Amino acid sequence: MSEAAAPRPPTESGCPDAFQYMHPALRRNYGNWAYHEDPQPGVLKHVSKSGDEVYTIKVGTQRILDVFTLRKLCDIGDQFADGYIRFTLRSNVEYIVDDESKVQPLIDAITEAGFVVGGTRNSVTTLSHTQGWLHCDIPGTDASGVVKAMMDELIDEFKSWNMPNRVHITTSCCQINCGGQGDIAINVQHTKPPKINHDLVSNVCERPSVVARCPVAAIRPAQVNGKPSLEVDERKCICCGACYPPCPPMQINDAEHTKLAIWVGGNHSNARGKPTFQKLVASGVPNNPPRWPEATAIVKKILKVYKEDAQDWERINDWIERIGWTRFFELTGLPFTKFHIDNWRGARNSLNASAHIRF
Amino acid sequence: MATEHFETPMLDELENGPWPSFISGFKRLRDEHPEERIREVANSLLGQLEHSYETRKGYWKGGTVSVFGYGSGIIPRFSEVGHQFQASKEFHTLRVQPPAGNHYTTDMLRQLGDSWEKYGSGLVTFHGQTGNIMFIGTTTENTQHFFDEINEYGWDLGGAGPCVRTGMSCVGAARCEQSCVDEQKAHRLLLNNFTDDVHRPALPYKFKFKVSGCGNDCQNAIERSDFAIIGTWRDDMKVDQAAFKDYVASKGRQYLIDNVVTRCPTNALSINDDDTLAVDNRNCVRCMHCLNVLPKALSPGDDKGVTICIGGKRTLKIGDLMGTVVVPFKKLETEEDWESLVEMAEEIIDFWAENGLEHERCGEMIERIGLVNFLEGIGVDVDPNMVNNPRQSSYVRMDDWDAEAEKWFERKAEEAAG
Repeated sequence: MSEAAAPRPPTESGCPDAFQYMHPALRRNYGNWAYHEDPQPGVLKHVSKSGDEVYTIKVGTQRILDVFTLRKLCDIGDQFADGYIRFTLRSNVEYIVDDESKVQPLIDAITEAGFVVGGTRNSVTTLSHTQGWLHCDIPGTDASGVVKAMMDELIDEFKSWNMPNRVHITTSCCQINCGGQGDIAINVQHTKPPKINHDLVSNVCERPSVVARCPVAAIRPAQVNGKPSLEVDERKCICCGACYPPCPPMQINDAEHTKLAIWVGGNHSNARGKPTFQKLVASGVPNNPPRWPEATAIVKKILKVYKEDAQDWERINDWIERIGWTRFFELTGLPFTKFHIDNWRGARNSLNASAHIRF
Repeated sequence: MATEHFETPMLDELENGPWPSFISGFKRLRDEHPEERIREVANSLLGQLEHSYETRKGYWKGGTVSVFGYGSGIIPRFSEVGHQFQASKEFHTLRVQPPAGNHYTTDMLRQLGDSWEKYGSGLVTFHGQTGNIMFIGTTTENTQHFFDEINEYGWDLGGAGPCVRTGMSCVGAARCEQSCVDEQKAHRLLLNNFTDDVHRPALPYKFKFKVSGCGNDCQNAIERSDFAIIGTWRDDMKVDQAAFKDYVASKGRQYLIDNVVTRCPTNALSINDDDTLAVDNRNCVRCMHCLNVLPKALSPGDDKGVTICIGGKRTLKIGDLMGTVVVPFKKLETEEDWESLVEMAEEIIDFWAENGLEHERCGEMIERIGLVNFLEGIGVDVDPNMVNNPRQSSYVRMDDWDAEAEKWFERKAEEAAG
C-alpha cells in the first residue's frame, strides 16, 4: 500500500457546537425568554426579556428527505427565513424569523412548495417513526409508508387546534418499539413463534446470547438434523421477536401472522400526572400495505371519541384516567379481551383492587 | 444505458394524498438526478421496497462496516435480494451527531447534502429516533470517503451498538421561557466527555443521555434515556399577578378553575377573591401544567437546577422502565457543579460496565440488584424523593437499622449547618 493511501485518522470532534448554526435572535436571547403566544396553528411567537420577538413556523415533511427536497427546504429558508432551519424531535422543520411581516410570505412559500404548516399546541403532530422495510434489518412492517398513509387522513388535525391537548402518535415496526411511547402507538405484534432455519443457526448465531436474550427462557440449544441449532418451546414463546436480531435464521416476520397492535396513553410529560406508558387497546390489526386502512380507521375512531369527550388540556391518558377503561371501550366500540389483562411482572399493580366501579 | 425502471404499483399509491410523499422524492432521484449512479440506486431501492410491500417482508441484513479508527456509527445493510436489486445491494447508514438542539444554517445543510450526493444515495433523515442525522444508503467504500469529507468540516459519527449513544436535548434556552438549565451545555459536556465510549462499543448495552429543560420533558428523557436530565427550580415559581388578572378577565374565572386550579396534581393553587393566584410552593411538584396554560403570568423561579433520573428504556428485555430519581435536585451553575455532573455520569457508567450483564440496560441492572445497591455503588445517599412510597413488604433484614437512622440524622445536621 502506498503511503498516500494510508487511512485518515478521524477527528473525534463529537457533538458540534450549535451556536454557530443558530438563528442570531436565538443566540442573542439564549436563556432570556419571557413568554410565548400562539398566534395561529403552526406558528409560535416567543418574546424575550430584551423585547426581541421571534416567530417560529412549524412544517411537516416526508421525513425521509431526498437531496432535492432538502434543497427546496433550504431555498425557502434562504428566501423567506433568514437562512436557518431547526428540526424538532418529531422531524418537523422549524423556520424562525425575527419579524411578523415575514410570517405570511413564509407560510405561502411553504404551502406552495407542498409542505404543511401546523403541528403546534393541541393538534395531531407528525407521527414519529422508525426505518421499517426501507432500511431496518428486522422490520415487520414499513414505517414511512404507514406515516404517509396516516398523515394523509390526519392532515386537517395537523393544521388545526381541534384536539383537547396535543396528540403524539408513533409507529414501530417491531416490538422493540424504537418509535417510543405515544398518546397513540401503532406497533408490530407478532402472533406466531419464529420459524427456524436450522441449517444456518450454527454458522451465524452465537447460541448462548440468543438463549439469554429470550425474556421467557423459551429457547434452548438443540441438535437438529445432526447440527447444533436452537429450539423454541412454543408453549412458552410470547412471539416477541427478541431472538431475531441476534439470530436472523429465527425468522419472526410473517406475511400473514405479523399483525399490528394499537396502544394509547403514553405520555412523556410530567404535566399534571407523572409520565405514563402506553396501554394495549387493539390488536390483530392487519399489516396491510400500501395504506394500512384498518389501522388508520382505529386511530381515527379513537381520535374522534377523544376529541368529543375529553376536556381541555386532557391528554389521552388524563382523559381515560377520568372516564375509566370501561367507558373507553364502550365509546370506541373496541372489544375488551383477555389479552388486555396484563400478566407480565408487576401485573397485579394494574388490576383494580377496590370497589371503584363505573356504571 | 439506463436500467429499466422497476414497476412499483403499490408504492405508487403512496404518491396520492395531501401529505408530502417520500416515494415522490425517491422517484425524483431516479428520474431527474444528473448522476447515473444515484438514479440507479434510487431505482434499485424502489424495486426492493416494492418487493417488501408485495411480500410483507424486510430484506436487509446487518454486517460489520466501520470507518478507520472507530467501531461504531455505521448501520451496515446488505441486501438479501441484491442479485435482483444490484445498485442498492450495499446500503449502509451513517449516524452523524447533530448539534445540540438541532440547529442548522441552510449553508451547512447544503454542504452536507452536496457531500452526501457525491458518495451516497441522496437520502437523509433529520433525525433518527436516537437523535442522529441519518445518511441513508451508501457502499462500504464510500462510507469512509463520506465520513472523511464531513469530518473535515466538523461532523462526527454517533453511537451504534453497545456504547454511549448520541445525545438529545430540547430547544430549551435557545427559544423557550420554561428552560431551567443550559441544555446545550449539559448535552455537549456529557457527550463529548464520552467520545471514546461513543465510537468504540465496549459497554454491556446502549447508554443514552437526554436533556429536557423542564418537566414537560419534550425530549422524552425519562421514558427513553438511561440518564435523564430534567430542568427544575426549588424556590417559589414567579407569578405576575397583573398578567394573571388579565387571564381571568379574558378567559373567565371558571375556565381558570377548571383548567388550572383543579388540574394541579397537588392542590397547590387557588384563586383569591381579588382574582390573584395563591400558590402553595412547598407542595408544588414543578409539573409545569399551570405554566403551560398561563405562560405570560407564571414562570419558573430563580434557583434553578436539575433532577436526574436513571434507567429509562423500552421493552427489551424485562419490560418498559421509566428512569427513576437518583438526584432530586442539583445546581448546575459553577464549573465545579458541571464537573460533578460529568463525574457522576462516569461513576454510573463505570459501575454499570462492571456489574451489568451482557445486553442489560442500566435500568434493568438496577431492577436486578435493587436501587440501594446501585446507590451504594455510585456513592449516592438515599432520599425519600426517590420513592413513590416506602417498602410495603416486611420481608427484609434490618439488622443495622440504628446505624442507618444515625446516618440520616447526621446528614440532616450537616445540611442544617450548611
